[in-house]
Amino acid sequence: MMIPRTDDSLLGRWWWTVDRQLLVAVAVLAGFGTLLTMSASPAVAERIGTNTYHFVYRQFAFLGLAAVLMFAVSMLPQTVLRQLCWPVLIVSVTLLAATLVIAPEIKGARRWIPVAGLSFQASEFVKPAFAVVSAWLLAGEDPKALVHGRLLCAAMFAGIIALVAAQPDIGMTLVLLAVWFTQFYLSGLHIFWVFVLLGLGGGGALLAYLVFPHVNIRINSFLNPAHGDHYQVDRAMDAFANGGIFGSGPGEGIVKQRLPDAHSDFIFAVAGEEFGLALCLFIVMLFAFVMYRGYAWAIREQSMFAMLAVVGILVQIGIQALIHMGVTLALLPSTGMTLPFISYGGSSTMATALGLGAVLALTRRGYSWGMER
Amino acid sequence: MTGFGNLARRGAIRAAGKYRRDFDEKIARNVARGRSRLRVTAYLFTAAFVLVSARLVDLTILKAQPSHANIRATVSQPQSDRADVVDRNGVLLATSLSTASLYVNPQEVFDVDKAVEKLTHVLPELDREGLRRKMIGDHRFAWIARNLTPRQQHAINDLGLPGFGFRHEDRRVYPLARLFAHVVGYTDIDNRGLAGIEKYFDDRLRLPMVHPAEPFSVSLDGRFQHVLHEELTAGMDGFHAKAAVGVVLDATSGELRAMVSLPDFDPNHIRPEDDHARFNRATQGVYEMGSTFKLFTAAMALDGGVVSPNGGYDASEPIQLARHTIRDYHGKARWLSVPEIVMFSSNIGAAKMAQAVGTDEQRKFLERLGLLGRTRIELVEAARPIIPSPWREINTMTIGFGHGLAVTPLQLTSAVAAIANGGIYYPPSILPRPRQTQGVRVVSSSTSSELRKLMRLTVAHGTGGRADVEGYRVGGKTGTAEKVVRGGYHRDALISSFVAVFPIDEPKFVVLVLFDEPRGPENKPRLAGGGWTAAPVAGKIIARLGPLAGIAPRAAEPVPLPASVKLDRESQTASLSQTAVARQVSAPATDRASASTTGTMEELLSQILGAVH
Repeated sequence: MMIPRTDDSLLGRWWWTVDRQLLVAVAVLAGFGTLLTMSASPAVAERIGTNTYHFVYRQFAFLGLAAVLMFAVSMLPQTVLRQLCWPVLIVSVTLLAATLVIAPEIKGARRWIPVAGLSFQASEFVKPAFAVVSAWLLAGEDPKALVHGRLLCAAMFAGIIALVAAQPDIGMTLVLLAVWFTQFYLSGLHIFWVFVLLGLGGGGALLAYLVFPHVNIRINSFLNPAHGDHYQVDRAMDAFANGGIFGSGPGEGIVKQRLPDAHSDFIFAVAGEEFGLALCLFIVMLFAFVMYRGYAWAIREQSMFAMLAVVGILVQIGIQALIHMGVTLALLPSTGMTLPFISYGGSSTMATALGLGAVLALTRRGYSWGMER
Repeated sequence: MTGFGNLARRGAIRAAGKYRRDFDEKIARNVARGRSRLRVTAYLFTAAFVLVSARLVDLTILKAQPSHANIRATVSQPQSDRADVVDRNGVLLATSLSTASLYVNPQEVFDVDKAVEKLTHVLPELDREGLRRKMIGDHRFAWIARNLTPRQQHAINDLGLPGFGFRHEDRRVYPLARLFAHVVGYTDIDNRGLAGIEKYFDDRLRLPMVHPAEPFSVSLDGRFQHVLHEELTAGMDGFHAKAAVGVVLDATSGELRAMVSLPDFDPNHIRPEDDHARFNRATQGVYEMGSTFKLFTAAMALDGGVVSPNGGYDASEPIQLARHTIRDYHGKARWLSVPEIVMFSSNIGAAKMAQAVGTDEQRKFLERLGLLGRTRIELVEAARPIIPSPWREINTMTIGFGHGLAVTPLQLTSAVAAIANGGIYYPPSILPRPRQTQGVRVVSSSTSSELRKLMRLTVAHGTGGRADVEGYRVGGKTGTAEKVVRGGYHRDALISSFVAVFPIDEPKFVVLVLFDEPRGPENKPRLAGGGWTAAPVAGKIIARLGPLAGIAPRAAEPVPLPASVKLDRESQTASLSQTAVARQVSAPATDRASASTTGTMEELLSQILGAVH
């Protein structure tokens, strides 16, 4: 892109201040995402009886919208961004609560609200919005704050977790827990409370295992591979074995034909079969690089809010990627988790764009908190 | 007031400033601690990414099963892993052809109905239900169809079915089809030898081969085999025989030149109904050979000095032994010389000759001729003879004219070769033999020479006249034996054979022709004997083999009759038309019914001996 440094236009200033390396890494990931969606989704689309390129067209549309959304959000000044996240959070939490009532049950869970032919997953938008809001509350940088930030944050978090777990969506619950705990930990929580929270988390996991039958089944079948249904995970193993180092070639995969969630929760297996170890390692490296860019910035950042918000969003993306990969590689019990930037899914793509836009906005050079003050 | 107000305002500002400073310091402390904690989370994430990468390597490389890509790679250079079999002239008898075999991985088939539909369209012989079962289940591999033609492979590729693939396999092919069916044998679909040379030399044929594989050469001669097969088939059809056996042996080395057993089968397409045909009658079938054994009796007696070539025995009266009678058919009813006994095939004379030699001597002699042990040939289909037990004097006498001992046609042929070739026994062999092979001397060369004369006389003036071929000096002996059917000898079910040696003055080859239950014209069983059926076929074979073997025909020369032979016109016609049938026993009426159609040796003996257990 030929933009002179002296370009003082909105775009010019954005280009020279935004984290371009991060942007390129994300663009490459999204590029692989479209490639893999084109490869994996036609089989799924034919299986469910829609147009062969149903998912491909929709994902292209989502990516276009997501790019616009990410660009728009990344232009926002930090104060505006911070203030904008409140209404987003409130709306999405309201919708989240509504899903329990109005959403149809799909595969044993109520997660999607049908909106004008599309299904909208409110919990996806809760993640980035809450990451920003809780960063603000935990940073405690507002001297005029009326309520104790941490207490408010903990209360809000408990409510959101309850809603998500009630859907039930264990994967999402885990991601939210990881994000919130990381933020809490980074914000300077006393080490005693850190261990208390870890203990609570462990207790909660045990409780989930005992209370939720589907969690119980998933964990049992993971711990005891001889029993239970691992159809998708087994197919994923086949896919990686079949792919080898360089894969069978784009579109040449066979296992995807038999993976119901090849385009979403198991897209990494399709990458493994068609592009092999080489591309899979490259994708892992790209995710690691995205996180590294955020961390490298956060470590120099003076503003607690910005640090917590950026790390919170990146942890959300990173944890999601790790869970997705972990499940397809049979390192973790199976749970539905999309691979950010890559998997098919309107809500997750838009929400990821929102989060990444926020990261780009917060990490823009010369636009740090201190200067604005 | 103003001052106080100023002071108060200044104090408030100072207080606010202090608060602000404290607040900033606290924030800065928190940020500093946050940074160190940031590192902790960074390490955790790094560890997680490393773990995922390690698992990726584990799954894609270390744990990967042989995938399709690998299979394709190994298939790209099809290589025969089984040696060809060639005859002594280098003609291919068995070779391997690289063909494609279709398999299915059910885990990759996602529309079984469609796949079944399309596949049965291309390969209509496939069973739909069986096919469906192969496509469903937890297994990852099942053969659908083996050894497809390139055209079939192409058609299946065009179907574009996922989950199906080809592996290249060697298919064993026998270019001469049924010609060498029994000798060369065949393999199963996985190229493991099941019969014949393929089975016996399985290890040798499947040796890791240098490329190109060195062919496995055998002593057989495709041209000889072809002649033998053709004439035997024609003979079997002409005489409506149930089965036929032909053997051509190199008389001077024991090398097998041709061996045919009819009915036969096509080793390229073995069908279930071939079961009966797969039996190699030349090495697995044991038969009471009848009069051809008189050659051994004569050789034994002459070699042992029991009788001189001019000596003889009184054959005027049938021999009464226990409740049985040994008699000649249309015999001369007079004293017969040794040549006459052989030429006219006198059972009485042969029995007396054997009796004179004695049981022990006979056993030892037959043992040396390889007639009492397992057939010596490089085939698993090698039978043991059926030997009388106990071997009494009556057995000695009946064996003297070829009854009571059942041997394989190949055993008979190699024994005759030993008698005729100067007296050396060579075990028969499928492998080429060096010229100077060590044999075992069984009779003196002078005895052998006497026997050759007798054989020539039999063809020139005796029962084997129809085997004579002008110029090739054929010698031989007929054999006709009644088969044991339902516990008794059956006068219309014969094993008719002829064993020929040519050229008789310097034996090169021994030819055996044997028919199982041939029928004479007009249902005259007497014309179904060896002299009428096997001898003319042997003659035709020799007439064709002679030129192939490079044996120069010689102008016909008269065969003078020895002084000891009285050949009246009447006896000549009688002997030619009758071919002494070795039905020596008038079976006593017995109420013992036997379920077996052929009868066991024990029953046979009880018939011969009249012993009622």
